[in-house]
Order: sequence, then C-alpha cells, then structure tokens
Amino acid sequence: MSWLRISWAWRWAVLVAGIGGWQLWTSRAGSSFFPRPSAIVTRMYHLWFSGPAAHVFLTADATGNLLPSLGRVLAGLAIATAIGAPLGIALGRSPVVTAYLNPLLQFARALPVVTMAPVFIVLFKIGTQMEIATIVFGTLWPILLNTIDGAATVDPVQLETARAFRMSAGQRLAWVIIPAALPKAFAGFRLSLSLSLILMVFSELVGSSSGIGYEMSNASNAFDMTFLWSTIVLLGILGYLLNELLAGAERHLLAWHTGKGRG
Amino acid sequence: MLEVTNLTRAFGHGAAAHTAIEAVSLSVAHGELVSIVGPSGCGKSTLLRCIAGLIAPTGGRVVLRGVPVHDVPDGLAVVLQDYGRSLYPWLTVRDNVALPLRRTLRGRAARRTAADASLAAVALAGVGDKYPWQLSGGMQQRVAIARALACDPALLLMDEPFGSVDAQTREDLEDLVLRVRRERDITILLVTHDIDESVYVGDRVIVLTPGPGRVRADLPVRLPESRDQIITKELPDFVRLRTEVSRLVRSRDTRAVS
Ligand SMILES: Nc1ncnc2c1ncn2[C@@H]1O[C@H](COP(=O)(O)OP(=O)(O)O)[C@@H](O)[C@H]1O
Ligand SMILES: [Mg+2]
Repeated sequence: MSWLRISWAWRWAVLVAGIGGWQLWTSRAGSSFFPRPSAIVTRMYHLWFSGPAAHVFLTADATGNLLPSLGRVLAGLAIATAIGAPLGIALGRSPVVTAYLNPLLQFARALPVVTMAPVFIVLFKIGTQMEIATIVFGTLWPILLNTIDGAATVDPVQLETARAFRMSAGQRLAWVIIPAALPKAFAGFRLSLSLSLILMVFSELVGSSSGIGYEMSNASNAFDMTFLWSTIVLLGILGYLLNELLAGAERHLLAWHTGKGRG
Repeated sequence: MLEVTNLTRAFGHGAAAHTAIEAVSLSVAHGELVSIVGPSGCGKSTLLRCIAGLIAPTGGRVVLRGVPVHDVPDGLAVVLQDYGRSLYPWLTVRDNVALPLRRTLRGRAARRTAADASLAAVALAGVGDKYPWQLSGGMQQRVAIARALACDPALLLMDEPFGSVDAQTREDLEDLVLRVRRERDITILLVTHDIDESVYVGDRVIVLTPGPGRVRADLPVRLPESRDQIITKELPDFVRLRTEVSRLVRSRDTRAVS
C-alpha cells in the first residue's frame, strides 16, 4: 500500500466534516429512515457501551451479541488460514498436483458461498457451527489461491541460492519459500477479512439466536431505524479496526517488502 | 583439485534440443585462480552450474578433490550471476550471510560472529543490520561474496561477479578477490565476459568458443604476483595477452585449439 502521505490531522478533519454534513442534512430532512448521527451514537452507547467498568463498559447486549459475532469471524478466519496457508504452500510447490486440481479449485471458488448456506444449515443445523462453516468456506479461497500463487512464484534465483548453500528442505521452507510467499498470502488474507464480516452478518441473518446480524434482523422487523443504523455503523467500525490491525501486522512482518518497493 | 572431463550439457529434447556446452575439459590446481572468458550466451553459467552440481551434465564428469560431483559438494561455494536477486530481501545483511552457516555452526551468537567477521573481510563492517536493498550494487555484490566466504570454501565459483557495477567499483572488487585469494587457502574459478578482467585477476585464462561452448584456448598468465590496476595493465605482457584473448574471443572460428 502506498498511501499518499496526507497529514493525519487532515484525514480526520475530512471525516469529521463528513459526519457534520450528515448531521446537518438529517436534522434538516427529519426523515425517520435516516436518523441523525448523534442519535445513532447515543443509541450505540446505550445499547452496547454503557456497561459496568468491570466488563470494559460492555453491556449484556454487547457481550451477548458483539462478542459471539467477533468470535465467529475470528474462528472462521483462523480455521480458513490453518487450512489454506499450509495447503497453499504445499500446492504452490507441487505444480503438477496443482495443474490437476486447478479446475476443481476454480469451480469451488466460483460457487457463491451464499448458495452453500442451505447446505450448511442441513449439515450443521442453525447455529454457531453453520455460521463458522459459512465463513470458512467463503474465506478459504482467497487465502488458498493467493498462497498457492505466492509459493509457486518464488524467484528461481533465490531457490537456486538455497540449493547452492545446501540448505535442508526445512530451512528452505522456513527461510526462503514462506517469506517469499508471505506478501501474496497477506493480500489474500486481506480479501478474506472483509469477506468474513459480510459472511458473518449474512449467516446470522439467515438464522441465529445471537450476533450482530441477529440484532439487525430484529431491528429491521421492528422498523427501528436508529437501531438498524447503529448496527451498520458498528460493522463499519469493526471492519475498520480489524483492517488496521492487519495493516499493523503487515507493516511489521512485511517491512522488507514495502521498503524494497520504495527503494 | 578440480578435474572436468568432456563435460556436455544440452537443454531440451528432439528437434528443440540445444547444446549449451560441448566436451569441455579443464583442470584447476589447488590454490589457482582461473578465469573463464567467453561471449554472452556461450555457456559460461551452464558450465559453472554443472561444476557446482546444481544441474546434471548430459555427458562427461566433474571430479572435485577425487570425488565425482553429483550434488553440490562440501567445501564449494558459488556466487551466482544475479547477485541482487540471490540475496534474500526479508533478511538483514548479517542474516543473509549467517543463513548458510546453520548447516555447520551451532548457536546464533557463533553464526553472528562468523557473519560479522566475513562482512569485515570484504570491508562491510557496520552494515550488518541493513537490508540488502538499502545497499548499492557494489555493496550487494560484496555481501554475496562475504556470504560465500563465510562458509570457508576450498573452491569458490564466481559467475560474472562484477557485471552491472561501475568501473571504479569493478576494479575495487577485482582487487578484493585478489586479496581474499592471497589471505586464504582457496581455489577460485571466475567466469567473466570482460577480457581485461580475465587477464588481470587470473593465473590462467580459459577462452570458450561462442555457443556451444568449447575450450578454445587455455593460456597461462605470466604477470608478477602483486597486481595493480594501473601498473599491471601497462605491462607489455598484459597488453599482449589481453590482445590475444580478445582475438580469440572475437574470432568467428568455433574450432577448439590447444
Ligand atoms: N535452463 C535453461 N533452459 C534452456 N536453455 C538454457 C538454460 N540455461 C541456459 N540455456 C541456454 O544455454 C546457452 C548458454 O547459456 P548460459 O550458460 O547462461 O550462457 P552465458 O552464461 O555464457 O551467457 C544459451 O543459449 C541459453 O539460452
Ligand atoms: Mg551467464
């Protein structure tokens, strides 16, 4: 990522101005479909963040819905990574096997995961298992395919150097192949991260007794627009925070990659 | 030290087959520095890869210290042609040099010390914490040499090690190789397309024919042991030999002479 280096203050100023404009417009319009941001923030505070200090200010509603949703996202991503990353490295280094499997992989990836939900409902019953299965199935492909690509395109000179110095297979894997594949694997993970939030909401809308998606469907059934908007804003914030977390990890792990690109 | 007999290597099969080197025989004695010179594409890199055991020849054999070479042998180190790409960008300079030592040296501290000593030997003390891509081309090349020397090889193979650096850096690197060779018990085989370089650093110059590469000539370099970029290159012996090598490299005649 090569962001233009606009000063931190300016970026936030634009955000604040945007929210200010939103506030002005909704106050003027007075539409019940578009509540004022101030009303949304107040509602979010009462709903989720006005709990006791002992619970880091989370309300019972938050611990009962936000945390399970977050847990499913993280569990889904963890399982998808645990399957996709090692499998991707193995397949990336076995071009023949990958050539055979490629049609299958492309087919599986092209299946809209949404259409798989009914299958998962039958397989796992409505509940956490089905929700996690949906997230895993949707987020596996970007991680897997990008890791395959990363492992398959290691610079041959780097591999020949490893052979010239007689590194063992384990050393080649740990010090050459994995680091070389990491930038592309991360790009896949970034895609999977945003997918995981969408799939979390989707699977909770389909059928669940807790979670952000569950709250959204309740709010929508009750025509509670402020509640609905609160969940939307919450999802936006969640997505932003998770992305920042990933960007931080990337800055740390792939400093050489960004540095090299600049140099 | 090194015996190469009738070495042949072809790429591809059938009609698309292409012979890169053909029936190359040469021998290198312990402690010698032999230059191999030839035009681009004549099979120099292929020859070096076969000697290093990185690729298998289609014919002939390589024997290093009495042992036939099949895989990369003990006591051999290679500096590949594409040094910029051969350094790992995710490792610091020190870790790049220390990585091959994992095979032989137990303990992180010991490897670190050895890597720093090797970097100091190529006048790069103090850049260990930088990344390769933060260094100039000439410095990257010295890192690649330091990495090879850290393994304390008996035979060092270098493939056009000073291509793509400026003339001044190139001369410094040539003198570095000569110094390394004086200070250590090491045999060096250096591949180059630069005629002056082949004569200046070599004890012997082996000239290859244009592809498929064959040994066209094997010429002894009769120059004083201590060499100087200006004084040596003015010597009549140097000028005569470089002219002869130049004529051999340029001639269209692909027959081998001896
Ligand atoms: N891996 C390979 N596959 C097919 N052809 C190759 C391969 N490596 C080298 N060659 C061919 O062999 C010839 C000699 O190449 P090379 O040894 O790199 O020459 P040099 O190092 O002298 O420039 C060239 O014609 C090149 O195209
Ligand atoms: Mg070459």
